[in-house]
Amino acid sequence: MRMTGAEMVIRALLDQGVDTVFGYPGGAVLPIYDALFKQNALRHVLVRQEGGAVHAAEGYARASGKVGTVLVTSGPGATNAVTGLTDALMDSIPIVCLTGQVPTHLIGNDAFQEADTTGITRPCTKHNYLVKDVNDLARVMHEAFYVARSGRPGPVVVDLPKDIQFQEGEYVGPEHVLHKTYRPQTQPDKALVAKAVELMAGAKRPLFYVGGGVINAGPKAVAQLTKLVRMTGFPCTQTLMGLGAFPASDPLSLGMLGMHGMYEANLAMNQCDVMIAIGSRFDDRVTGRLDAFAPNSKKIHIDIDPSSLNKNVAVDLGIIGDAGLAVEEMSRQWRAGKIAPNARALKAWWSQIATWRARQCLRYRQSDTVIKPQFALERLQAAIKGRDDVYITTEVGQHQMWAAQFLKFERPNRWMTSGGLGTMGYGLPAAIGVQMAFPDALVIDVAGEASILMNIQEMSTAAQYRLPVKVFIMNNQWMGMVRQWQELLHGGRYAESYTAALPDFVALAEAFGWKGMRLEAPGDVDRVIAEMIDHKGPVMVDVAVDPKENCFPMIPSGAAHCDMLLGPEDKAEVVSEDGMVLV
Amino acid sequence: MKSGAVKRHTIAIMVDNEPGILARVVGLFSGRGYNIESLTVAEVDSRERVSRITVVTVGTAMIIEQIKAQLSRLVPVRRVSDLTEEGPHLERELALIKVAGKGEKRVESLRIADIFRARVVDSTIGSFVFEMTGSTEKLEAFIRLMEPLGLVDVARTGAVAISRGPKAI
Ligand SMILES: Cc1cc2nc3c(=O)[nH]c(=O)nc-3n(C[C@H](O)[C@H](O)[C@H](O)COP(=O)(O)OP(=O)(O)OC[C@H]3O[C@@H](n4cnc5c(N)ncnc54)[C@H](O)[C@@H]3O)c2cc1C
Ligand SMILES: Cc1ncc(C[n+]2csc(CCOP(=O)(O)OP(=O)(O)O)c2C)c(N)n1
Repeated sequence: MRMTGAEMVIRALLDQGVDTVFGYPGGAVLPIYDALFKQNALRHVLVRQEGGAVHAAEGYARASGKVGTVLVTSGPGATNAVTGLTDALMDSIPIVCLTGQVPTHLIGNDAFQEADTTGITRPCTKHNYLVKDVNDLARVMHEAFYVARSGRPGPVVVDLPKDIQFQEGEYVGPEHVLHKTYRPQTQPDKALVAKAVELMAGAKRPLFYVGGGVINAGPKAVAQLTKLVRMTGFPCTQTLMGLGAFPASDPLSLGMLGMHGMYEANLAMNQCDVMIAIGSRFDDRVTGRLDAFAPNSKKIHIDIDPSSLNKNVAVDLGIIGDAGLAVEEMSRQWRAGKIAPNARALKAWWSQIATWRARQCLRYRQSDTVIKPQFALERLQAAIKGRDDVYITTEVGQHQMWAAQFLKFERPNRWMTSGGLGTMGYGLPAAIGVQMAFPDALVIDVAGEASILMNIQEMSTAAQYRLPVKVFIMNNQWMGMVRQWQELLHGGRYAESYTAALPDFVALAEAFGWKGMRLEAPGDVDRVIAEMIDHKGPVMVDVAVDPKENCFPMIPSGAAHCDMLLGPEDKAEVVSEDGMVLV
Repeated sequence: MKSGAVKRHTIAIMVDNEPGILARVVGLFSGRGYNIESLTVAEVDSRERVSRITVVTVGTAMIIEQIKAQLSRLVPVRRVSDLTEEGPHLERELALIKVAGKGEKRVESLRIADIFRARVVDSTIGSFVFEMTGSTEKLEAFIRLMEPLGLVDVARTGAVAISRGPKAI
């Protein structure tokens, strides 16, 4: 079928099942915007800055399980997208980002709004393309979607020179496009799974350590994992990215592990004898000091990306494959072998875990004069408990960690946070993306007052599309996470971590056409949360929380899991010089 | 974890010959802090448009594993083969070596070139250009010997390598 490049772009998006594009126009993409104008099937969400478009697409993708789609112009449009692309790469989020480019004959001439987009985005995408022939365009579009969602998902950039958008060429549908070579392995090696099952059967102190890869593998994989964990009776801890991969309320769940994870999860990790890592990547926030990481364990690692195996931690049994397929095979073999785990040892293990749980590591000192951030989130959890249509996004900092600790996720795809890159400003646009995917859901961005200012302009987007997102700002007036590190590691010298001249968030909300609320007294918390949830439109709640509160538990950088600080009474003396240099 | 003995590995990478592929491979090495001792690239199958990149790198066993895994996951990479691990293989490099000098030194350079089976591919009254193929070690030995004899310029291709026996990688 003959059509222009711009028409092909729209057609390819529709053929790929895309219903929503997040974008921002400019000279180099005007033909595509023109083609967009002439149709109704594809919705375009006009963000207020291209960075917001990518985060919105990330939120949309993480919540819906589909590929998120972005359309931006050349030069500054493309460079503004770079942070979001890097974020998506780190967190394995499937994104296709279309960027305009100067016409092919001007490439390399420092033309107006020219940037070497494929050069700039090469290290922050899974793959990228520059289309120089209109007859390649349809194929490249379909390949881009295939690459973004296959294997370990990630962002793909398609750079589209303006002349190509005008030219006419032959369109081919996705059914005619097969990537020449890219075929990531999804089926696990059954013999390796058998070895894993054998290790698990003999385990005395086993632990599942599950991550975002299980969520990438889809809801069916999550269901299968839940079944497997219950069948074995083993404890299961989740990473920040893996929250929702196993029901938080299940007694087998130890909650999140890592730097700000649960005491019981970290101690269990430290003491386990068989670790079953599934779709988790041994990030430094999780492992702490590497030579003290689960030192006496046999490690099984299931991951779809061979480069995740043995990257930070040498494992005993690496299994390449899709988490869902691997877990399915594991369950099948476990059942077929009629395996009974070592019940006596497991009982002893669980009673050990019970003693760690009894420390109640999330305990905090309540106050009746000032709102403790933990309390505010506890009450938020109470308000949303039992609802299946609640989606939480976060910004980055202490509030993010408290949200991870105090909000409970029973199902996957309900929790969107910037884990790998830790991008302040992620939460609001991500919430917008989630709300586009689920217009009737309750979408809440748990924010910090510093982070929210990084993409505050997106309030205008929410207003334009009448998206009833809620922003719940844990306003401690400080870059709390930075302040906490300065207190613990830099002698309380608080260099530039206080934000003077914060805006009046209520007035700001109103200026954008949102409802704004201020929450100051612990006694008002429940009422204001209920009011926020009940309001039909977007709401920003400015919660004045204790400015000095620190986030515990905490494993200081470079320390071992068993050196956790449980509260302000524990001092960070364990921080070594080696630890100081770590991020 | 990243400790252990450091070893030199020769890795062959079969890639789709598309724009940016070399930048992708080189960027991976620099971005992740891996070493490149030498790198060669040329198309080896013009119908399928496949290029072969040969990289000589050094690292511990765990780093070499990472390098291979990271290379394998680049979308246009078809195959990664660690020739050093996979059994006996041949490695060759080509060098052009310019030596300028007169009299005894000139004669001596020619004599050594003969022993090393280097060919004279250019000659003037005061200079020779030798062409030489061989292992990296052999080339280096020859170049070292040329130093006192008037070595002025060297161009080398970097290693290419292939496994011994009937099988392709
Ligand atoms: C301020 C701050 C503090 C943090 N503190 C913590 C903390 O205390 N604890 C914590 O856990 N994290 C913490 N993080 C997050 C941390 O930086 C990492 O992002 C996170 O630990 C990585 O999660 P993950 O291991 O689940 O991997 P992900 O980043 O989710 O990666 C997924 C893995 O699964 C694989 N995969 C993808 N798809 C599949 C599939 N279909 N099948 C199988 N495998 C697949 C991928 O190859 C990859 O290896 C913090 C972040 C910030 C910003
Ligand atoms: C774009 C970006 N810049 C800087 C940082 C470093 N950083 C991490 S947390 C943080 C403070 C966040 O403050 P706030 O949003 O108020 O959250 P709080 O920690 O107080 O809950 C900073 C500056 C970052 N993660 N992202």
